[in-house]
Amino acid sequence: MRPLTVSRLLGQCAILFAILFFVVLIALKLGAVPVSLYGLGRDLFRVLIGRSSEISSEYSLIIFNLRLPRIFLAIFVGASLSVAGCSFQALLRNPLADPYVLGVSSGAAVGAILALIGEPYLHLPPEVAALFTPVGAFLGALVTIVAVYYLGRRGGQIDSGTLLLGGIVTASFFSAIIMFLMTTLPSGNLRGMAFWLMGDLSTPPQPTVAWALRVGFLAAGFVIYATASDLNLLLAGEKEAMHLGVDVPRVRTVVYIAASLLTGLAVSVSGAIGYVGLLVPHVMRLIFGSDHRVLLPTAALAGAIAVVIADTLARTVVVPTELPVGAMTALAGAPLFLYLLRRGLT
Amino acid sequence: MEAARNTSDARLSVEQVSYAYTPNPAHSPIFTLEASSFQAKPGEIVAILGPNASGKSTLLKLISGALEPLSGRILLNGFVTHTLAPRTRAQRIAMVQQESPLLFPSRAWEFVLQGRHPYGKSLRFENEDDVIIAKNALAQVGAEHLSDRWMDQISGGEKQRVILARALAQQPLLLLLDEPTLHLDIGAQVDLLDSLRRLAAQNRYTVVVVTHELNLAAEYADQVVLLQKGKCLRVGPPASVYQRDLLEQVFQTPLTVEMGPSGRPRVNVEAHREGD
Repeated sequence: MRPLTVSRLLGQCAILFAILFFVVLIALKLGAVPVSLYGLGRDLFRVLIGRSSEISSEYSLIIFNLRLPRIFLAIFVGASLSVAGCSFQALLRNPLADPYVLGVSSGAAVGAILALIGEPYLHLPPEVAALFTPVGAFLGALVTIVAVYYLGRRGGQIDSGTLLLGGIVTASFFSAIIMFLMTTLPSGNLRGMAFWLMGDLSTPPQPTVAWALRVGFLAAGFVIYATASDLNLLLAGEKEAMHLGVDVPRVRTVVYIAASLLTGLAVSVSGAIGYVGLLVPHVMRLIFGSDHRVLLPTAALAGAIAVVIADTLARTVVVPTELPVGAMTALAGAPLFLYLLRRGLT
Repeated sequence: MEAARNTSDARLSVEQVSYAYTPNPAHSPIFTLEASSFQAKPGEIVAILGPNASGKSTLLKLISGALEPLSGRILLNGFVTHTLAPRTRAQRIAMVQQESPLLFPSRAWEFVLQGRHPYGKSLRFENEDDVIIAKNALAQVGAEHLSDRWMDQISGGEKQRVILARALAQQPLLLLLDEPTLHLDIGAQVDLLDSLRRLAAQNRYTVVVVTHELNLAAEYADQVVLLQKGKCLRVGPPASVYQRDLLEQVFQTPLTVEMGPSGRPRVNVEAHREGD
């Protein structure tokens, strides 16, 4: 008997954190303007000791004003999608559940676009108006997961096949709505919108949105992590969890709202990035087991790593243009997913 | 009917409990359980018997607090079970259900440690006490050797022991079992019920078990609750409930009842033969 201890958990997270740090360094180095690792280390050290004025301004601009914020955005988006995926998988007892497959990302996109269309009519100050999109995306995500949850229920139990088909049909329905809404937008926005729909991290969010993303991620992540033991029992089914002392309706409500918030925030700044919420928790489960006390933090870190790598590739493989990061995750994720599917998901 | 039992030493008291299952409020209920009552003391084993769709599982769910009775009440040490907070309830009532398939594999010890969940706050790391209690629980059902095995790689009988161990790790007052002997061979059935009887005596659990096994219930139960189509027909020791006419009428099959050497009744079914 080897129950989980805090030190083992921290050790596992530390390994992934070190990998994330290394990946971030590489991501900072790579790009249209090459930066040497030595120069990068020297500049980061200068920033740390408060002598950033010694860094040449063009480097500083590229590293600290362009690449670093984008990497941080990728970290938050990756961690959010991955934690949301873990949560949906546990609540729905389905290893294939994730925001993208269930149509939650599409629902969030519809919410975000509706907010974008409605916002000019309200004449709000720009800082408030900027928050309109994430709020719309959150509401869109929440409505979708509630709808898909009830679609997937049969005779009081969640039916795996019905749930996934319900999610896929919901996603295609929302895609049609998105197409419809896009025709109402001025044509200048169309390329940006098309990129955003495929998952895109090249547009930095406005400062208020960036703050909403950080605060929302920490709050939702904390709330979900607090239910980690309950999620472990929910994997065995809602009835069993109840008999083991889990307040099922409360945990379900809290985690659905928190996971929808994570999905909504991620979608509002990056569009619909697929496969991260599906594959990252899965791979972490293969490595560390299915205990959510380990799974949630390791999946958050690994999700961050995955999206930073994907985004770095997206902006470097076809220099001088860029691919949407969602195309990158799908290119890598779809074959991996098929391989795992054929191999047997557990 | 048995004479009124002394209520003061009862741990579990089911008082005129009824339930109606109404999936569509516009229609009449598709299943009703009419007022049922019985009481059980610490260390006692109660078997709930009856044909399919007689309300056995409904009665067990009502006792577990998962369902709220339409009328009447269920008291455990004087507390109404369905109003207890989930965590408190899980510290007092453990339920062994027909195993649900595991989504992701886990080891037997991880499974047993889940029984300690009601004793912690939502995010918790098991302490040494939890490990000792879980080990004891495995030892009590004779399954220490299964501790490191994967749950999906052990036999049905072994799995049932581990599930029972998880219930014991909850340190309950009341142990509920829903057809625990289903899919077990006769040896494993007897093993399981022997452990149950020993545990009920040692740890003073009150045990309520739903079963289809008339003879095993007769052999192991102190009391039998006989249900038919949502009606509670008889409550009492097996010898008083097992009457040929009654059982034949309830189970709609010809059978004979004889007294075994231990003073417990035994049921023999008679196949329908031509010319008999």
